[in-house]
Amino acid sequence: MTPFWGIMFKYILKRILISIVVLLGVSIIIYTLVRMMPNDYVDIKFASQLQSGSITQADVDAFKELYGIGDKSFKGIVSGYFNWLGNLCKGNLGLSFKYEKSVASVISENMWVSFAIALIATILQFLIAIPLGVSSATHQYSARDYIVTVLTMIGISLPTYFFGAIVIKIFSVDLGWFPSNGLIDASATYPNTFAGFMSKLGDMAHHLVLPIFVSVLLSIGGLMRYTRTNTLEVLNADYIRTARAKGLSERKVIYTHAFRNTMIPLVTLLAGILPSLFGGMMITEQVFGIDGIGRLAYNALKDGDIPFVMGYNMFLAVLTVIGTLFSDIMYSVVDPRVKLGK
Amino acid sequence: MEEKKATKKKSPTSKVKMNVVEKKKEVKVVEEKEYNAEIIETNEKPTSFENVNEVSNIESTDDSDVTNLKKENEETSTNEEEKETYKEMSPIRLILRRFFRSKLSIVGLVIIVFLFVFSFLGPTMYNSKTREQFGFGWDETEVDRSPVVEIVENPYTYTDPEGVEIEVIQQVEIHKSINDKAAPSWIHPLGTDDKGMDVFARLMYGGRISLMIGFIVVILETVLGVIIGGISGYFGKWVDQVIMRIVDIFNCIPTLPILLIASAVLDSWNVPGSMRIYYLMIIITIFGWSGTARMVRGQILSLREQEYMTATEVMGLPTWRKIFKHLIPNVMPQLIVSMTLGLGSVILYESTLSYLGLGVQVPYAAWGTMIATSNDPVVLSYHMNMWLPAGFMIVLAVLGFNFVGDGLRDAMDPKAKK
Repeated sequence: MTPFWGIMFKYILKRILISIVVLLGVSIIIYTLVRMMPNDYVDIKFASQLQSGSITQADVDAFKELYGIGDKSFKGIVSGYFNWLGNLCKGNLGLSFKYEKSVASVISENMWVSFAIALIATILQFLIAIPLGVSSATHQYSARDYIVTVLTMIGISLPTYFFGAIVIKIFSVDLGWFPSNGLIDASATYPNTFAGFMSKLGDMAHHLVLPIFVSVLLSIGGLMRYTRTNTLEVLNADYIRTARAKGLSERKVIYTHAFRNTMIPLVTLLAGILPSLFGGMMITEQVFGIDGIGRLAYNALKDGDIPFVMGYNMFLAVLTVIGTLFSDIMYSVVDPRVKLGK
Repeated sequence: MEEKKATKKKSPTSKVKMNVVEKKKEVKVVEEKEYNAEIIETNEKPTSFENVNEVSNIESTDDSDVTNLKKENEETSTNEEEKETYKEMSPIRLILRRFFRSKLSIVGLVIIVFLFVFSFLGPTMYNSKTREQFGFGWDETEVDRSPVVEIVENPYTYTDPEGVEIEVIQQVEIHKSINDKAAPSWIHPLGTDDKGMDVFARLMYGGRISLMIGFIVVILETVLGVIIGGISGYFGKWVDQVIMRIVDIFNCIPTLPILLIASAVLDSWNVPGSMRIYYLMIIITIFGWSGTARMVRGQILSLREQEYMTATEVMGLPTWRKIFKHLIPNVMPQLIVSMTLGLGSVILYESTLSYLGLGVQVPYAAWGTMIATSNDPVVLSYHMNMWLPAGFMIVLAVLGFNFVGDGLRDAMDPKAKK
């Protein structure tokens, strides 16, 4: 084992141990808050039956005991938490009340729609934002720079649900180009053949155009500005002056010498990408009625589905931890000048 | 002259020379002092071409004839004048100059001033009292109860036994006791919403909510972040370890879900509608301070090693004085920038919560709740006056704060690029 990998191994081990402590803290805070939520799953589920008199309040309370959410006192919450934690140690995230399946399977089954959207959106975002950022940095203070900056800033400033509403109004209601809701046509049936599968895939793609469009447009701004500031910084460096002094063409200076160094800080963005890649987009999925993991989580949250909300939030927290760790490691791999922190 | 300019643009050494020349000359020409001070200040970092151009312009005017007049007098008093130049251009004025040089930051400032006037002064000139006097104006939660008669035409076509097509238009008169979903008119500049309340008036009150929440949350976050981050960075060791792990915890909690959960908890406390925004502020602060704390800590860690901190040690200053008098002011530039940029994101979070029905509750107005009316497909397509203006206001507000934040960053902190 070379010294570098030895240091790396120790570093990763230490970070993982710290992460476990952090995740414990996260789970305590989220669990406490979730248990304090007013929308009790059992109350909501049996409200109508209770009203019609087919079951009594005592039955409802018994159900609450069964679900493990009866005791709302401090002691009840603490014991509920340790119960949850114990199950987690056995690798069991519990059963979702609302979806009546294990939380892990609900997450893994519905994650992929969200993942597909996020993956396509992220790739497009990088493909659009990085060239824009570089070009507006090389043309600093020009009309192009101002236009790109203003437009992308408007993108950052738009609330998702508002932009979603506008896009639905224009492209779906007025022009009728794209469907506004769902993942596949509700009326259509697809034969269980290859052709049927392909047309189903096409239909899904057709439905996903608007959500992807919205999420790309809203996230370009951040990445573009990040690229722009980094490029400006690199362009001021001495080695760029050297390259110019050597008489290299401007294209070569920017795309060979500057561009690669611009990419280094972008590695830190990995930390942010990971949770958004797998975690789904609550608002976008809600606006466009796509049953991704974000929308499931939102609905679970409204109905007080404690195991699912816990599982989902911990899933996101773990992704954040991994993302941060990963980006720190990548940083030192990509840029040898960076030393791993103590 | 042309030659001179060209050489100046390329080599930094000639720039320095130029400054020396200028310092002697410009004292009597009042406006030019400011330029000069700025050039001295920016001399260390690579000057952009803009600056150089300005300099050469100044010099060309200098060269013409003004300078020759009192050259001798000045040369004797150069040293004193130099000092004066530094004094007259305080750092704040320098920052302001650089800030106002950027067009975008001016635009941002104008937007923010407009929003403040619109939402805080607007309701004093547009309310139910002004309606009695001048014929326009509504209150935030005032319902327009003027009866409206709406005529709906339903065309029917049918063919009679002889094969002739007959079209009958049925006119239905609908008497409404509330003037709801009204189109824009002189009485209601932006129409009314589904409960018959004036959209324009609600837009102004919604602005109050957003701006108030934005400012108070950002100030609270900064205070909390500075105290916690300051302690962590200054004391280091296990204090730092413990605090940074807490910061990590808050950093890992997914923001939007936890805000939704926390605002749902508010429901169970039966918080009255008018008090709700204060609780919202507290919630958003609790889950938002960690970024500021992390930044302050990082800054203080590096500032702590500076020589002037050793000097405070030698002077025997008390700890609180070292932190609040010598460390925090040096973090201020970054803090102000992150505060301004944070304002935009707080406004977005608040409006998202309101949109999902967990923020400010109807009948109180918030931009988010106004946009939420677009969930109704009819409103989405036929009553755009109900939700479009609120969205534009959010965009304007966030955009304004982002522009100002960017401008401030460039003006205050030319070296820090992130």
